[in-house]
Amino acid sequence: MKGLNVVLGGAGLAVFLALGEAVPRLGLVKEAYFPPTSRIADALGDEVADSAFWTALGDTLTGWALGLILASCAGIVAGVVISVVPYLREATASTVEFLRPIPSVALIPLAVLLYGTELRSVLLLVVYASFWQVLIQVLYGVQDVDPVADETARSYGLGTWARIRHVLWPTALPYVMTGVRLAAAVALILAVTAELVIGAPGLGARIAIAQNSQAVPEMYALIVVTGLLGLLINVGARTVERRALAWHQSVRGEVMV
Amino acid sequence: MLDVRGLKKVYEGSGRRVEAVRDLTFTVDAGELVCLVGPSGCGKTTLLKCMGGLLAPTGGEVLLEGRKVTGPPPGMSFVFQEYGRSLFPWMRVGENVELPLRQKNLDKARRRELVRDALESVGLSDATSAYPWQLSGGMQQRVAIARALAYEPRVLLMDEPFAAVDAQTRADLEDLVRRLWRERGITILFVTHDIDEAVYLGERVVVLSASPTVVQEQLKVDLPDERDQLRTRVAPRFAELRTHVYEQIQAAKRGVSVTKSDTPPPH
Amino acid sequence: MRLLLLRTVFVFALPTVLVGVWWVASDDSTDVYWPPLRTILETFPDVWTGDRLKDDVLPSVLRLTGGYALAAVVGVALGTVIGSYRRVRAVCEPVLEFLRAVPPPVLVPVIMLFAGIGDTMKVTVIASGCVWPILLNTVEGVRAVDPVMAETARSYGVTGPARLRHVVLRSASPQIFAGLRQALSIGIILMVISEMFAASNGLGFTIVQFQRSFAIPDMWTGILVLGLLGFLLSVVFQLVERRVLGWYHGLRASTRRSS
Repeated sequence: MKGLNVVLGGAGLAVFLALGEAVPRLGLVKEAYFPPTSRIADALGDEVADSAFWTALGDTLTGWALGLILASCAGIVAGVVISVVPYLREATASTVEFLRPIPSVALIPLAVLLYGTELRSVLLLVVYASFWQVLIQVLYGVQDVDPVADETARSYGLGTWARIRHVLWPTALPYVMTGVRLAAAVALILAVTAELVIGAPGLGARIAIAQNSQAVPEMYALIVVTGLLGLLINVGARTVERRALAWHQSVRGEVMV
Repeated sequence: MLDVRGLKKVYEGSGRRVEAVRDLTFTVDAGELVCLVGPSGCGKTTLLKCMGGLLAPTGGEVLLEGRKVTGPPPGMSFVFQEYGRSLFPWMRVGENVELPLRQKNLDKARRRELVRDALESVGLSDATSAYPWQLSGGMQQRVAIARALAYEPRVLLMDEPFAAVDAQTRADLEDLVRRLWRERGITILFVTHDIDEAVYLGERVVVLSASPTVVQEQLKVDLPDERDQLRTRVAPRFAELRTHVYEQIQAAKRGVSVTKSDTPPPH
Repeated sequence: MRLLLLRTVFVFALPTVLVGVWWVASDDSTDVYWPPLRTILETFPDVWTGDRLKDDVLPSVLRLTGGYALAAVVGVALGTVIGSYRRVRAVCEPVLEFLRAVPPPVLVPVIMLFAGIGDTMKVTVIASGCVWPILLNTVEGVRAVDPVMAETARSYGVTGPARLRHVVLRSASPQIFAGLRQALSIGIILMVISEMFAASNGLGFTIVQFQRSFAIPDMWTGILVLGLLGFLLSVVFQLVERRVLGWYHGLRASTRRSS
């Protein structure tokens, strides 16, 4: 069954690539706008041989990883504090609901003025966008804490810190993982966007350069790279999440079969 | 009315071949209330799904009023065990009952009349605009029964409908089925794994063997038409019939074929 | 009554404090990039006049609406087809996973090649970024239709368009809405970015103009307007969601209580 799905999926991919080759060759769209698969592949080969490409990839990954780490730490700490301190959750709810939907790209002009094309510009956008993903999930997760477990812990005289460590954190962990997974995808989008629009060094900036110099196949090749990067991040994050969740259930779910 | 002839169902998948139903033949006459009972996992649900046109049998056939069943026939309605998943949670009770009627191209007034009448007979006139999940399990199953009634079926197939409700509710629902059957003259085929329920409800009990399923025995229930949770269940005749069915099922589990007969055990 | 009062206090206390802090902290600011909040608010009515709303905000909102609606229709339609057939799903899955993973803003340069720099480009950019979360969530939702519900529908002759409308799409609607919500934030991002790239009007264009001409308080008002727009759209979305998915929230609350 699974084997069949792999074959079918492979066939789908092959058809997709073949269409990408055939459509421009048959003149259905202009080759100048939509180069055939083989030319994109050639361009990709040239990119891979170019050290500047690897530098750009490194820049993008740096912005992504730093931003994601900052946003995750901030989101987890803020989420736990908001949940633990009495009344803080109620008091912050309206502010969170207001700030969360503000599009991070609104900060682009500010980032340009403050930091120009530095890494900090990228970080500002990435952190703002990913922070909310983590925070919201942490808040959901803490809400899921079994009140009986919490009261038991209280009745045995566990302090705030011990309760966070032994009751709150284990319950919230799967939600935190989900938050970080969602944040990882958002962080890549914003990192590439910042590079593309502001011109901070990275894959996005390289795409902008390719666009301005009419290097269409290179532009497509770079877009494919960002897609593969996104795919790797998604698959990686899901794998990590599944591992963490499996561990989680085996620890607390003896009753569950 | 309903003829099952040489029904056979084999599931095939991922290299395994499971014979769920081997060779089943029985009939249900018009206006009868027949209970199918058998050991758990004996393919009762498979059989009922074949009869309802939800599954295609591997061999044999099912005839409704002389016509072969190839898909869900319009004169037949189905009540599932999992009421919680059989009612649509996004529709109110009234809409749930009405949805199948829309497919029948009935005009609005007629539809409304049928919905009102069906909900009234199950005692849920007040719940029309509630959502199913706002009701208790027993009430949800009543809604499912109302939906089946509103469909104006000649045959009603019920697949262990009360297996998931508590004992008190179950007794009420059993009496409801008896009453509806007598008032409306519908043919009912009721599948259960509960022997008491089968004997209490049925005019006839068909005992199935363990999988691969065949008919182990058919038994006429000669209890009075008026049945009562208190008196019927303690009647000596009820105990005799129940014991008999129980023995048949034990035999079925062991795979022993006890003499087939259409006669009930002697008094 | 007291409860209501308490809730009102909770809703407004922190925002008031934050705005207050901003106001006081920035009041004697001489930093060009961080003008006093007082200046920003004073500039606001001068910048965002009725004409400006009509010439810049309205076109942006229309582009977003157009692209988003297009993505919703295409995403739900394609997603329903792909989700309904196991084989089709297996064939499409790797390609869809890849297309979803492409950061949507990089599509702007590509679509500019085909569609120039007009409104078509912007609507296409927004639609092509929003479509993936909607499509993939619809596939998941349609695939997960409860087998008992599907059988119920079949046994009562609910088939074809009625089945699609009353059973499949309704049952998938919580998932579809999750996709629509993700798509909304992507849509706003793409609206702004496509206007920053090439436009002669729109919110994104205007804010970048302010920044390039160093009209800093004006730029700040623009950021505020974008923030407000994001907030308003999310409120509208929640209202619609609560209406359409009222049953779902009720169902979840009732299963949570009983478990």
